Amino acid sequence: MITLETVYVVAGIMFAAFAVLSAKDRTNARRFGNAAFWGLLAASFLFGSHIGDLANGVLVSGLILIGGCGFLGRGQSAEIDFAQRSASAARHGNRLFVPALIIPATALLGTLLLKNATVAGAALVDPKQVTVISLALGVVIALAVAVLWLRPRAVVPLQEGRRLIDAIGWAAVLPQMLASLGAIFALAGVGRAVGTLATQYIPLDQPLVVVAVYCVGMAAFTAVMGNAFAAFPVMTAAVGLPLIVQKFGGNPAIMASIGMLSGFCGTLVTPMAANFNIVPAALLDLDRNAVIRAQLPTATLLLPVNIILMSLLVFTFGAHR
Amino acid sequence: MWPLLGVAFIALGFALRLNPLLAIAGAALASGLAAHLTPVEILSAFGKAFNENRYVSVVFLVLPVIGLLERAGLQERARTLIGRVRAATAGRLLLTYLLARQVSASLGLTALGGHPQMVRPLIAPMAEAAAERSLGQMDEKTRGHIRAHSAAADNIGLFFGEDIFIAIGSILLIRAFLANSGVAVQPLELSLWAIPTAIAAFLIHGARLLLLDRRLARGARNRAEPAP
Repeated sequence: MITLETVYVVAGIMFAAFAVLSAKDRTNARRFGNAAFWGLLAASFLFGSHIGDLANGVLVSGLILIGGCGFLGRGQSAEIDFAQRSASAARHGNRLFVPALIIPATALLGTLLLKNATVAGAALVDPKQVTVISLALGVVIALAVAVLWLRPRAVVPLQEGRRLIDAIGWAAVLPQMLASLGAIFALAGVGRAVGTLATQYIPLDQPLVVVAVYCVGMAAFTAVMGNAFAAFPVMTAAVGLPLIVQKFGGNPAIMASIGMLSGFCGTLVTPMAANFNIVPAALLDLDRNAVIRAQLPTATLLLPVNIILMSLLVFTFGAHR
Repeated sequence: MWPLLGVAFIALGFALRLNPLLAIAGAALASGLAAHLTPVEILSAFGKAFNENRYVSVVFLVLPVIGLLERAGLQERARTLIGRVRAATAGRLLLTYLLARQVSASLGLTALGGHPQMVRPLIAPMAEAAAERSLGQMDEKTRGHIRAHSAAADNIGLFFGEDIFIAIGSILLIRAFLANSGVAVQPLELSLWAIPTAIAAFLIHGARLLLLDRRLARGARNRAEPAP
């Protein structure tokens, strides 16, 4: 069976190659910092499942020290110039889009078709991880097509991949780091503390005030945790269920649905949601908060709309008494 | 209340623009110690969670392919293609992408998009080229603004589309949590009530994208006629 572990080994090999290429890059004054950073990440992907929690923790500390204390650099990229790329684009035409579109197409078809596929009675892929596995499969197919067609030297795709990952730099591990911080917060009872604060200091005897507190709380708590999934259980247990549903007879499906979408307004404005906000800023060569600034007005307008929608709908359709 | 120290730490770190990795380490330590965890327990819990969340970083597997295609002129080709469409402007292009992303996500097709595989190689260069075609050369700040809006359209389309699909993670989480609390809801109810917000999100962000076109045009006029 193809599991997530298979995909991790492939990713580990890729990061290991980035580490080796970094170490050999004499144009980068901090080349051994880069080599150590991508090497540690490679180790995490290759051996993380076998070395135990504490060793993983030590490994992560290494990533934090190297990335946090400025030991990462960037070499003079061997990127070929604009004129050459334009000539190549004119020569290859729209066929250039084919490998790029193979990735989402495979991810899509794989998700739909591989979920229940079996070989000799055994599941072909782990059905719980079918999207991630299909994405990896799409990458392998797209890479094979592109390499057979363009015939680059074998090292070129890895060098190009390294160019892009070096442009992202330490931000590449930020989403995983923030998810881990979320786990520590959960362990330390941060959610309970926020719920207590919300219920103790805010007057909650007006249905509309309760709705507003719930929606704003979802957005604010999501912004803190970087993830609406972490905010939802806390805010719903503290405010949503006991007050909106049980005390005032609101419809739980409407409360939960619009509540979650209020949380997404928080996701749009927080650097904690690094994979949506910070990594793209790095990928597009922008200021760290540029994507958040582009999203802020939409989030600011949409949150009150959510509050109004929930106020109008949740009690009107609250047939659950 | 002391575990909230970690939250204060991370907020302060981002506000002061410290390196986020150091702010995260400080926040984990502060919250963990305040909750009477030992440093070794904190380190183990952090390592465990990091290891379990490796799937988040699997998306970087696309970089070698995207890099190879960019070297062969993928971004330039995307620009050429959109430069031929007379009606294309940055705002209209991103509005179309927003709609496509939202509709496909609402059908559960969340894999049709994303920043490394779609926005960087295709959508952002197309949006820049569309603006350039209608307005001429732009400064780097304006280009950056358009690229930031390309990423924003991807996020907003995804967030306010996916909850309409009945088998998406957030719907499953809501249903499981409510069931644990003794409240039964059907996935279809949850996804139906996500539609009003989805429409509002499209109207608000779509209007902003059309206003973006007007702002870009005003900026181009100001550049063409320098102040006396």
